[in-house]
Amino acid sequence: MIAPATDVATLLEVRGLRKVFPVTEGILAHRMVGEVKAVDGIDFTLRRGETLGLVGESGCGKTTTGRCILQLERPTAGEILYDGVDLTRLTHKQLLALRRRIQVVFQDPYSSLNPRMKVGDIIAEPMKVHAIEPDAARRAARVRELLAICGLNPNFVDRYPHEMSGGQRQRVGIARALALNPEFIICDEAVSALDVSIQAQIVNLLEDLRERFKLTYLFIAHDLSVVRHLCQRVAVMYLGRIIELADCDELFDNPLHPYTRVLLDAVPVPDPSVEAGRNFRPVKGEVPSPLNPPPGCVFHPRCPIAVESCSRSRPELREVQPGHWVACSEVHTIPSSKRWCDRSIPTPKE
Amino acid sequence: MAPLLQVNDLHTEFRTGAGVVRAVDGVSYAVEQGETVAIVGESGSGKSVSALSILRLIPDPPGRITRGEILFLGRDLMQLSDVQMREVRGGEIGMVFQEPMTSLNPVLTIGRQITETLEQHCQADRAAAYKRAVELLGLVGIADPARRLRQYPHQLSGGMRQRVMIAIAIACDPKLIIADEPTTALDVTIQAQILELMSGLTRRLNAALIIITHNLGVVARYAKRVNVMYAGRIVESGPAVAIYHRPQHPYTIALLRSVPRLDRPRQARLDPVEGQPPDLTRLDQGCAFRPRCRFAVDACARVRPSLQPAGPAGQLSACLRADEISTASGAAA
Repeated sequence: MIAPATDVATLLEVRGLRKVFPVTEGILAHRMVGEVKAVDGIDFTLRRGETLGLVGESGCGKTTTGRCILQLERPTAGEILYDGVDLTRLTHKQLLALRRRIQVVFQDPYSSLNPRMKVGDIIAEPMKVHAIEPDAARRAARVRELLAICGLNPNFVDRYPHEMSGGQRQRVGIARALALNPEFIICDEAVSALDVSIQAQIVNLLEDLRERFKLTYLFIAHDLSVVRHLCQRVAVMYLGRIIELADCDELFDNPLHPYTRVLLDAVPVPDPSVEAGRNFRPVKGEVPSPLNPPPGCVFHPRCPIAVESCSRSRPELREVQPGHWVACSEVHTIPSSKRWCDRSIPTPKE
Repeated sequence: MAPLLQVNDLHTEFRTGAGVVRAVDGVSYAVEQGETVAIVGESGSGKSVSALSILRLIPDPPGRITRGEILFLGRDLMQLSDVQMREVRGGEIGMVFQEPMTSLNPVLTIGRQITETLEQHCQADRAAAYKRAVELLGLVGIADPARRLRQYPHQLSGGMRQRVMIAIAIACDPKLIIADEPTTALDVTIQAQILELMSGLTRRLNAALIIITHNLGVVARYAKRVNVMYAGRIVESGPAVAIYHRPQHPYTIALLRSVPRLDRPRQARLDPVEGQPPDLTRLDQGCAFRPRCRFAVDACARVRPSLQPAGPAGQLSACLRADEISTASGAAA
């Protein structure tokens, strides 16, 4: 994929991002016995005000991608251009200034909040770290304002996280992310751990905040129905690579990569009549170990339309329709279908 | 004919520092032979505790089953001795839990864990148990069973471990399998494989399945009947199609409305269930869903309603205003 030139509308541009973790053995002498390519060369851009969904199953590299952008992990290779500045080349001090503009909301509202800190201190902490709002009274006022913005009672400042429900805790996590007036928030499975009835509340809150503060989101998730609701564009990852990238409606109405179809097919719909008519058959096999990925197209051992050449060459992500990128060499053989339940590809005889 | 399992007025409590929590507060339901019944609810609704209570797997202290009957194949499981109960668990009733990493013993091989069940419950000798274990792994779709039997749980993927759990659950031809969030920890494609496997096997063995889950899609795909739980009670119960198409209880209505659906056009905005889940230590005598309910009236504060027939499709709903809601939802449909 040829990266387009950076323009004003582009906030983030990821080029050729790779992150390889060494696998070592032994306690004293760490012998390298292998490597895990958690992220194996991905490119994407994010426009200002846009929400990009990053979906895939565990181990596909979606969280590592987020952590590389946050510089919580040093990428092995590639560039992360944020507003034209390559984050991978910054010194710690330079990065600190930029990090004010990039915040994160984590999955687990239980472990991502310090249980010994009061809610007010948790939300004020980023302001202290970045030395903005040094005046204690004004900082306290700001904390109360942030709580209100996130739909919590401002009197919660004196509570501890364990006194709150999961949904309330996630609101605290979001208030903390907003404390520095960021322009970009990475939501890493931000609603996945929440109960069904609470999930919709938090999704609505994220939408309201996006509108109100003109935020840009990278929304990392495995729940496709939430991603579809919240995102403008979606990238599907499999074993460290982006295998399909398109506008949200296009991706869900006209999924092209066999893996995307498999994923969509696997999601049960909360309606017994629809389910009864779907004639669902699960895909065979499991996600291969990233320690030892298959040659060629990484999805070919599970792919219903794989041909012999798929095991030899790795298909590049290419633009098959304007804005719709797919990494599949057999994509032309997939019958297109507009009806949602007919999307599954017939399984070849084994 | 009596149902396979009949739970009557089950109460399970936990004594905690914050007070007594009535995790299961008067739950009754039946499971027929070969039927798949779902228990749906959110965390803290009592869905898992109600299932563990059937197996009498509640840690005491702090927990205790304070009241109720569990009639299984004509016997009340509450009256059995601990020894008799051990024979039922893993024998006539198989179990599949959420976390296959923690529910398998990490220091025993897969083979040992399967053959142990067979030796305990089916009076199989070593050789017969081994032969059957190979067969069982084949049934649950694990290739190369001889090698897998020598492996330890950590050498298997999450999906494989759950397959092993299922193999253990079906080892002695159970009449009933209780699956507590069997696929929650798994990826969506693996979840689909495991659920297909379970539904296929239960059909083949003519075993009944109680599936406990918070995933409304999974319920829609697999269950014939559904019990919806909230704050320790069943608030709505009935055939799956009726519950999904004409929900009668305000909680079920709100829950179904709150989830975004892939088969429908994108909504402008989600319609969440407002408020917070109930604090079980602070329930009053009124309806527990009242603070979040769009239909709540003053009378809801006075009494917790019991399950009553509601709607034309024969489900039960625990709501004072069930009649009005039924008429309204009928008019809307």
